Amino acid sequence: MTETSLYLIQQLINGLTIGSTYALIAIGYTMVYGIIGMINFAHGEIYMIGSYVTFIVIAGLMSMGLVSLPIVLLIALIIAIITSSTYGWTVERVAYRPLRGSNRLIALISAIGMSIFLQNFVVLSQGSRDVALPPQISGGWTFGDPSVFEVSFSYMQLLIWLATFLTMAGLTLFISKSRMGRACRACSEDLGMTNLLGINTNKIISMTFVIGAALAAIAGLLLGLYYGVVNPFVGFMAGLKAFTAAVLGGIGSIPGAMLGGLILGVTEALTSAYFPSEYKDVVAFSLLVLILLFRPSGLLGKPEVEKV
Amino acid sequence: MLRIENVNTHYGQIQALHDVSVEVRQGEIVTLIGANGAGKTTLMMTICGDPQASSGKVIFDGKEITGQPTSMIMQQGLAIVPEGRRVFSGLTVEENLYMGSYFRSKADADVTAEHVLELFPRLRERYSQRAGTMSGGEQQMLAIGRAMMAKPRMILLDEPSLGLAPIIIQQIFDIIQKLRDEGVTIFLVEQNANQALRIADRGYVLENGRVVLEDSGDALLTNEAVRQAYLGG
Repeated sequence: MTETSLYLIQQLINGLTIGSTYALIAIGYTMVYGIIGMINFAHGEIYMIGSYVTFIVIAGLMSMGLVSLPIVLLIALIIAIITSSTYGWTVERVAYRPLRGSNRLIALISAIGMSIFLQNFVVLSQGSRDVALPPQISGGWTFGDPSVFEVSFSYMQLLIWLATFLTMAGLTLFISKSRMGRACRACSEDLGMTNLLGINTNKIISMTFVIGAALAAIAGLLLGLYYGVVNPFVGFMAGLKAFTAAVLGGIGSIPGAMLGGLILGVTEALTSAYFPSEYKDVVAFSLLVLILLFRPSGLLGKPEVEKV
Repeated sequence: MLRIENVNTHYGQIQALHDVSVEVRQGEIVTLIGANGAGKTTLMMTICGDPQASSGKVIFDGKEITGQPTSMIMQQGLAIVPEGRRVFSGLTVEENLYMGSYFRSKADADVTAEHVLELFPRLRERYSQRAGTMSGGEQQMLAIGRAMMAKPRMILLDEPSLGLAPIIIQQIFDIIQKLRDEGVTIFLVEQNANQALRIADRGYVLENGRVVLEDSGDALLTNEAVRQAYLGG
């Protein structure tokens, strides 16, 4: 294979890796929007908290002498999910539920406030500097001709792909088959009617926040390990990117969020591969503007029909 | 079975119901007729607690339900077939039905589902089809079936004949009578006053948010004022 095609393959691998984590975070935006029609701008911070918890737990377990990596990762994952979900649940109860039924703009402002609050809360408790963790999972495969271009696919990337795939498959199964998943879909079609069937829709809404936060925690663990560094401000950009991915795929649509995340990740990787890498955010957000201008319902979204 | 006592309901500053009192007794079909905007749907929804009555009482089965959250009210043996059907169009017929029995056990729900499918063979044919792809009449049957899935002692029906072909309307009214024969109490809101009064034991006439008339179905059918206003002379 030629150098250009090997180079392209490498970029696709990198892009799909980042893209799948965008997709994980994007699901939180899209599910919440699907049910209560609001953008939870504090969602990026939930992801950031997931990353921090992962770092703290791994460092703590290591210092206690626990060395089995799978066990360490599993414990970190569980604690990150529990912590992030608790934050996600609390944010909804404290900052959104009392405002339900009021103007959409008010809830949006409350969400931005919550985002700033959580960011600064972490700055105060953890400091504002980068926290680094030595790579836990190193190594990988390389292929291609070393004299031309070597494509590398690391174990960490494989883990991200696998974990994302399994999470998405599990979520899809839950939404399409389980009793609560069915109620979730019913709520996103007609919240009031679901309530009229004797179903406590507040519980379903809380559950949506918890699921979104759990997925963000998984992304936080994966991306934290991938980059090996975290600071209180990573949630802001990751949140915006994931929001872009959700809009790109069609906000409210779960398959849309998955697709949007992957497309956005690949687009970014290709941009930084062939142009100065500073352009990747320019291209990502130009994509957001273009989608909003020409296809506001997104790739897989349904156009919003005004209910009478 | 259901007593509405001096209920007032507001939408913001606008008062939609004025001192409305209605009673529906066990095993009755009671109908509420009135023009567009008279407050019929508001009364239905006030019973369900959405919106809440600003004053007055709603008593169901001897228990006051005013002020309770909607989801709790709807678990006590009351079900609604709302205006415009409001089936979940992206869910299949089966999923729609089982949304109606969310808080019941699967085994109990299965028994009721079988009964619903016997009553509406069309729903069995369309069982795994998305509700949004069905005709208006089929969706109305689904909305009634979904309400039955809660095994309610009383069903509120809001304009079940709206926008349907006459032959379907006849079927829907037959079903309503069948439900009553099975012991379900019916409170029916209709614009199709003629047909509604014919199957009703008693009826109420609502005008501008006030009950202006109350009588047996037959008496209202022959009442001159009602004939003029609602039955086309």
